[in-house]
Amino acid sequence: MLESLLFIIMSLITIACAIGVVFQKNPVYSAVFLIQTMVSLAVLYVLLHAQFVAAVQVMVYAGAIMVIFVFVIMLLNLNKDELEGDRNKMPLQKPAAIILGLILVVMIGILMTRATFSGAEGEYTPEVMDQIGNTQLVGKMLFTKYVLPFEIASILLFAAIVGAIVLAKKQIIKEEK
Amino acid sequence: MTNAIVFAILSTIKIGIVIGVLLLVIAYLIWVERKVMAHMQVRMGPMRVGWHGLLQPIADGLKLITKEDIIPANASKILFIASPAIAMVPALLSIAVIPFGDTISIMGVSIDMVITDVNIGILFILAVSSVGVYGILLGGWSSNNKYSLLGGLRSSAQMISYELSMGLSLIGVIMMTGSLSLVDTVNAQTDLWFVVLQPVAFLVYAISAIAETNRCPFDLPEAETELVSGFHTEYSSMKFALFFMAEYANIITVSAVGVTFFFGGWRGPFLPPVVWFLIKMALCIFFFVWLRSTFPRFRIDQLMQFAWKVLLPVAVVNVLITGIVMTLL
Repeated sequence: MLESLLFIIMSLITIACAIGVVFQKNPVYSAVFLIQTMVSLAVLYVLLHAQFVAAVQVMVYAGAIMVIFVFVIMLLNLNKDELEGDRNKMPLQKPAAIILGLILVVMIGILMTRATFSGAEGEYTPEVMDQIGNTQLVGKMLFTKYVLPFEIASILLFAAIVGAIVLAKKQIIKEEK
Repeated sequence: MTNAIVFAILSTIKIGIVIGVLLLVIAYLIWVERKVMAHMQVRMGPMRVGWHGLLQPIADGLKLITKEDIIPANASKILFIASPAIAMVPALLSIAVIPFGDTISIMGVSIDMVITDVNIGILFILAVSSVGVYGILLGGWSSNNKYSLLGGLRSSAQMISYELSMGLSLIGVIMMTGSLSLVDTVNAQTDLWFVVLQPVAFLVYAISAIAETNRCPFDLPEAETELVSGFHTEYSSMKFALFFMAEYANIITVSAVGVTFFFGGWRGPFLPPVVWFLIKMALCIFFFVWLRSTFPRFRIDQLMQFAWKVLLPVAVVNVLITGIVMTLL
């Protein structure tokens, strides 16, 4: 009872903040709404007995990645004309966004109606998780059953970092020449 | 049902006591800092209000409440008002998982001397305190003042850099206890403090804790010789006081985490656990004040280089060596 009430309240806050991200004109306000969305998602994870994921969500997304986002937005310190941008630059942006968004909604709708909730419980029920410990369980799964996807994801992130450095360096080398 | 009611009442009492003590300690920390620094510089410090200035915090508090509250004309109003609260709330929240004593029983009800012992303890503290940086960052931006903005930017760069080494320095201890809960960490130190087993981790933690709280010699976000007073230049009245209190609350939190992880938490002979915890905390806080009146400020490039080129590699190597030793033994 209490859990479902919390779930409804937090979902509403999450959705409201997500809408706020899109409709704010000032990028700093958008970023603040995005941070709030991340934190509300973390609360939803706690309601699902995934405390470890919740803490990491706040620490990594809200505490590190979004700080860099806000940092860059403030460093650029855009004025009003730059913020609003040239609306004629990308004439296809709006229709493309609407079509892609609609496709996504239809896909989610199909999945939702096709899915059947049989009520069967998996191996890791909340009771089992509380007994073993949430963090221990996540660690064990990451290094046994899901070790390959986990390592591939880390290589992917590493490649992205190297790519970013190469792109940044290119500019500097060009300027020096 | 009665269990739930007892739990609710006990939790409320514990939260009330902890917040009350915390706010009182914050107020008197400012007095302690002024007094200790004054004596280190052969001055008297506050002497006028009460015996040796003991009532000075109350006088300061009253003064700050009655001051005019100024919001700059071009400030972004909502964020300007929200920022001090964003800085303060995480600072107070992270104290919730710190154990300050053993389980005691009064009238058949056993009470844990911790507000809540969550399974992810230290991760909770790290996560909550990482949100605190937004108070400084958004406060600096919303003031619409270049000094404030510079202070906010410096602070975010500094806090992200040192957060990494801080987390990594604690991983060595977490590997040895095998738990993220702070209660388990204290219980693992019955025989030997972790400062003996993990001296490198302690050094890394101490340095990054000082940087995380924006204290001297890492107080670049409010370097008064360059930035007027950094991110809170435009703040006045109680909003300014909230930023000030958040800084001291953060000092208390990092000291409490340091005591719990490296100095055996509330464990100690003869005296009651809570007293031991407070003594160890007081020594840590004295260390903070001592540093402030001893060292000059870092330069911004030195600060970033030190974080990424010295502190982080040392922390990673420490984790590696801990892992090797633990598998061999």
